[in-house]
Order: sequence, then C-alpha cells, then structure tokens
Amino acid sequence: MTGTFVGMPVFPEAAREALADSQLRHNLAHATSTIRAKRAKVVAEVPDWEELRLAGAAVKERALLDLETQLVRLEETLTANGATVHWARDAAEANAIVAGIAKAHAATEVVKVKSMVTQEIGLNEALAEEGIAAWETDLAELIVQLGDDLPSHILVPAIHRNRAEIRDIFRSKMGAAGRPAPDDLTDEPAVLAAAAREHLREKFLRAKVGVSGANFAVAETGTLVVVESEGNGRMCLTLPDVLVSVVGIEKVVARWEDLDPMLRLLPRSSTGERMNPYTSMWSGIAPGDGPQEVHVVLLDNGRTRALADEVGRQALRCIRCSACLNVCPVYERTGGHAYGSVYPGPIGAILNPLLKGVGHDDQIDSLPYASSLCGACFEVCPVRIDIPSVLVDQRAQVVDAHRGGVPKPEAMAMKGAAYVLKRSRRLSALERLTGLGMRFARRFGPTAWTGARDLPDAPGESFRDWWQRTDGGRKDDA
Amino acid sequence: MTDARSEILARVREALAGSTVDPVETSAPREVHPVANPELVDLFAERVADYRAVVERCSAEDLEDRIAAALPTGQVIVPPGLSIRIPDAIVDDGTLTAARLDLIAAVVTEARVGIAETGTIVLDHTPDQGRRAISLVPDTHICVVREDQVVADVPDAIALLDPSRPQTWISGPSATSDIELDRVEGVHGPRTLHVLITPPRDVIS
Ligand code: SF4
Repeated sequence: MTGTFVGMPVFPEAAREALADSQLRHNLAHATSTIRAKRAKVVAEVPDWEELRLAGAAVKERALLDLETQLVRLEETLTANGATVHWARDAAEANAIVAGIAKAHAATEVVKVKSMVTQEIGLNEALAEEGIAAWETDLAELIVQLGDDLPSHILVPAIHRNRAEIRDIFRSKMGAAGRPAPDDLTDEPAVLAAAAREHLREKFLRAKVGVSGANFAVAETGTLVVVESEGNGRMCLTLPDVLVSVVGIEKVVARWEDLDPMLRLLPRSSTGERMNPYTSMWSGIAPGDGPQEVHVVLLDNGRTRALADEVGRQALRCIRCSACLNVCPVYERTGGHAYGSVYPGPIGAILNPLLKGVGHDDQIDSLPYASSLCGACFEVCPVRIDIPSVLVDQRAQVVDAHRGGVPKPEAMAMKGAAYVLKRSRRLSALERLTGLGMRFARRFGPTAWTGARDLPDAPGESFRDWWQRTDGGRKDDA
Repeated sequence: MTDARSEILARVREALAGSTVDPVETSAPREVHPVANPELVDLFAERVADYRAVVERCSAEDLEDRIAAALPTGQVIVPPGLSIRIPDAIVDDGTLTAARLDLIAAVVTEARVGIAETGTIVLDHTPDQGRRAISLVPDTHICVVREDQVVADVPDAIALLDPSRPQTWISGPSATSDIELDRVEGVHGPRTLHVLITPPRDVIS
C-alpha cells in the first residue's frame, strides 16, 4: 500500500479484500468493542446527556447558519490577537500557504499535530515536493507514516496494526527518519512508546515551525482549541517559533461559552474518558510564551458545497469524535481503508460525497451504499447528525447524477425501490417475487457484499400474506 | 479572479441563501454547585487519581515538605511568581531553551482551576504557573491546587477563565492507547503528574 488514498477501488471491492483479512477483522472488533464499552460507561454518568447533545448540535448549527458573520468575526479577533489570517479555497491553495511560511523561515522540516484536515489536503506530500519534511508526532500517525501506510480510524489511525508489526516498522524505518530505535526494542507497548518519545523529542527540541489543525475556533475571542492525549500537541503548539494552523471553516463556534457543551461531549464520545489528558487553547500570540509568529489558514475545500446541501449540511457539525465508526457494523467488518478516504465509517460515507460532489467518481459514489442504515451512528453522535437520512439522500443524488447514462446496478436498485415503495400494491407484488429475486441474485449477481456474506433464504410467504391469513398473528399461525 | 477570502465568503452566502439562523437559543444544561464545597474537593481528588496521577492532600504547613519529598533527583524549575519556596530551584526567567529545559527533571507550579467532575487541572500560565514550556518538557510536574480553586464542572471553569490567556487543561499524565489500545502513560508530556491539594493559605490556623 502506498501513502495515498487516490485510486482506491470502490467500496465493495475494497471491503471484500478487507473481509478476507482475519487479523484485521480481529484487531478492529477488539478495538471498536473496547472503545464502545468505555464510551457507554462514561456517557451513562451524565444524567442530562440528551440535553447536552441538543446543546452541542445547536452550537454548531447556529454557527453554520451564520457562517459569514462568524468567519469575519474570527478573522477580526485573530488579527487583533496578533495572528495572521489566510484564506484557502482548496487543498492546493492551503498547501502553498503552509509551504510559503515554512520557506520564509528557511525550514526544511516541520513538526505536526495529528489533524484530519491536513491529511485531507495531503499537506505532507505537498510539503515533501517542496523539499520540506513534515513529521507526524502522534504515536499512531508516526506508525502510519513510518510504515508508508494509511490511517484507518479517525481516533486511533494505526488500529489495524498489532504490536509486533509496530516493532518491525520502528526497527526498520526510524533510523532513516532520525534517531533510530534502540537495539533491544521489544513489542511491549510501553517500550514502543518510549522509543517514539526519544525519536520525536529530538525533533521537537529543534523544530522551528509547527503545524496543527484545530478542534474548535471561537469567533468571539479568536481562540483556537486542540484536544489531545499524548502531549505531542502541546510540544508542537508551544516549542516552535512559528505556528501554522489549518482550520476548516466549519470549526468555528460563536462564543467562548459555546466551548462548554463541546468539551463535555467530545472526550466522552471519542476516547470514552471524562476528559482527554491535554487540551490546549491559545488566542494568537502570548508575549514571552510559545510561538511569536502565529498563522491561521481558513480552508473551504468543499465545505461550502456541503453547506449548500440542505439535508447534508448537518455533516459539517461533525467534531470528529469517531463514535459512529465504533458502532458501525459495516466499519467493524471492513475497516477504514475500504472507504478510500481519511474520513472513514458512517461520517466518511456522507462527508466525502458532500465535500466532493457525486456523479464523477465511482469510489465516492459507492460510499453512500456502504451502510446497513441501522441507525446506530445517529444514536451515538454527540452533535445529533442524522447520518442515515443523509445517506438515503446521498443515494438519491447518486442515482440522479447517473440518470441518462448507463444505469448502474445500485442506481437501478434505488429506482426500483422508489417505484415500489410509492405504491403498496406494488410492494406486495414484489414481496411475492422476492424468492425469485433471491434465487436470481444468487445465480447471476454475486455482488461484492453477497460474495462475502450469506444471503438469507427468502421466506416462503410474504409478510402481507402472513398478516392477512393470521390477522396479524391473532389467528392460528398454522 | 477574485481573492480567496471574497470567494469563500460569497460561496457561504450563496449556500445559505434562504436559510435563517435558528432563533432558539439552546444553552447547555448545568447544575449550579456551591463553590468550595468539601464534597467537590473529594470528588476532584478521586477523579484526578483515576487517571493514574499521584494525588495527596495536605495542610498548608506541610506543603513544602510534601513537595520536597515528591521531587525526583535532578534539577527543578519554578515559575517566577510561585508563592511556595522551593530550595535550590531554578527560577524561570524565560530565556531557557527547550533543549536546556529537557535537562531539568521536575517543575512545580500552581494552577488556576480544578474541575471536580472531570478531574482536570487548568493552567492559564500567569506568573504562578509560568510559560507553557516549563510545565511540558520536564518529566515530573508537581502541581499545587488550592481547595477553593475547585469547581464542579466544565461550565464553571469556562465561566471563570479568561479567553485571552493561553490555557492548558491537564487530566492526568500524558497517555496513549495507540498500540492495541493498551494505555501507556507518558509519551511526550510529563510522565508523572503529582497533584497536591491544600487549603487556601488565608485559613492557615
Ligand atoms: S458524525 Fe458524529 S459520531 Fe461520527 S465522528 Fe462526527 S461527531 Fe462523531
């Protein structure tokens, strides 16, 4: 695997490969069930969790519906705090701005805080082309980067790797990137973490330029917030002379007190902790403390396209907690790589089509179908994104985008469903045909999905027929 | 070609044409707790300890002895405005480089707020806590929290804090669960967090 998502096979093909990998499925099942249990426990501690979710959703929704005002305000307050604000329409513009800042300081390397947005824009690759090495400093990101691999989970990107694989990566790759792994490296997590500490400390101590994203940006006060666990974030945000933060325009919240529901919702939903070990906040430049040159790049890259979609807009509320991944039966079996994006799982299945548009890329068009529509993702989402509804709407948009051309199998399926569901008489007719359809599917249409799991036998009698015959179960079911 | 700023703002305007801001003001639910409630301090101590930090409660008179006992061998640095006397400590004057800080074993700071519900200590880096780097690079962080600084939950802390100041919210020592979800303390930040909870100085009997 090479370190790019470009050219990934469409979801069903990628999923079939992943399903065949039993080690991967084991690692994933262990990870998702562990995090799920932790989350459930700490969420249950909060008596007014539902109200808190509503408040969290409202904070983000208000900011999104008033986005122009909030962005202009954020620019004003950041500037007043001594930061320099840049705007970037797309990935190329954002990357060029970051590269330009690094070059202005003659930096040949930068240290990075884990951030989804810099992965989304391919910043590391873009900087490499300019001769600037971008070092990931989060342990999982380091594992992914040294292994020339791709992240597979929003929160724990190297979750598909086990300890023996990680030891091998550190042994064979650390030396070329800086301080090599010690000779007596074992596969104990504590020993591996200690090797990463030594390897990265050398980089932190000499870094001139740090790069980050932000979890939240407060318009009222010009404050950026980064939530993390390891302290690598604090290192990158504090020790370099220059700090550049790439911030998606959807990260803005209006007021300082809006951070309250967000900081109560995020850690419990994400790592299943009451609070994550470290949260850093900074409002531009603090004289004598931390970087004395601070830049903020406000990035669109498809966000305004998503904003224009009235159903899909709510996906921009996402705070990247990853709770929806951990409850998703599809993600649990296929893993993150199958989604072909830095945003995997249920949120990835809607966010990618929303950011990039449908109808021109088979990989993206396949994503809204990567779901069983079970609704578990909506249940856990701390900002109440109704992912199932958006999935259905995105499927319809994929179908519409292909209207006129050669219809795709899934498009035919959706059109068929819409036609049938409109008229109940047609539904009962179709139910009677299901047995035939299943046989047909088994014989001629082993789709990727059915190729990897068993198709249930069609019942001998349709639900409607059963209801009529038994009066909904009141008569003898013989 | 228009500049990026005008174009993005124009796209935002166009995307939202016809939508209105929800006038319903939804604020987060919160219970109001009395300040300096002894039960809150107990909860704070319990929750901080939950993260595998070292937590001790002591009287104001005992504080200096307890700190001395908690210090590892090696140099110790203190912020310029620390109100507690630490013998032989280096007082940070803001000139020590990160590489120099890396040779220092421990740091002693005060705090701004303690949050009971989440077991969080908030530093806002005033002179009693010092600049961010000194509580980050040394491997042991000894942090003194006064009982009257403990609040119930996140909203109480947000209400007290000054957004114009840099802040570090600390909940236990640095930790990672990136390798098979096994929790390991201390990747990059201080591996030992030692919290001393003490009554406010003005009630020393
Ligand atoms: S969609 Fe919701 S649950 Fe999923 S990552 Fe975003 S905020 Fe978390």
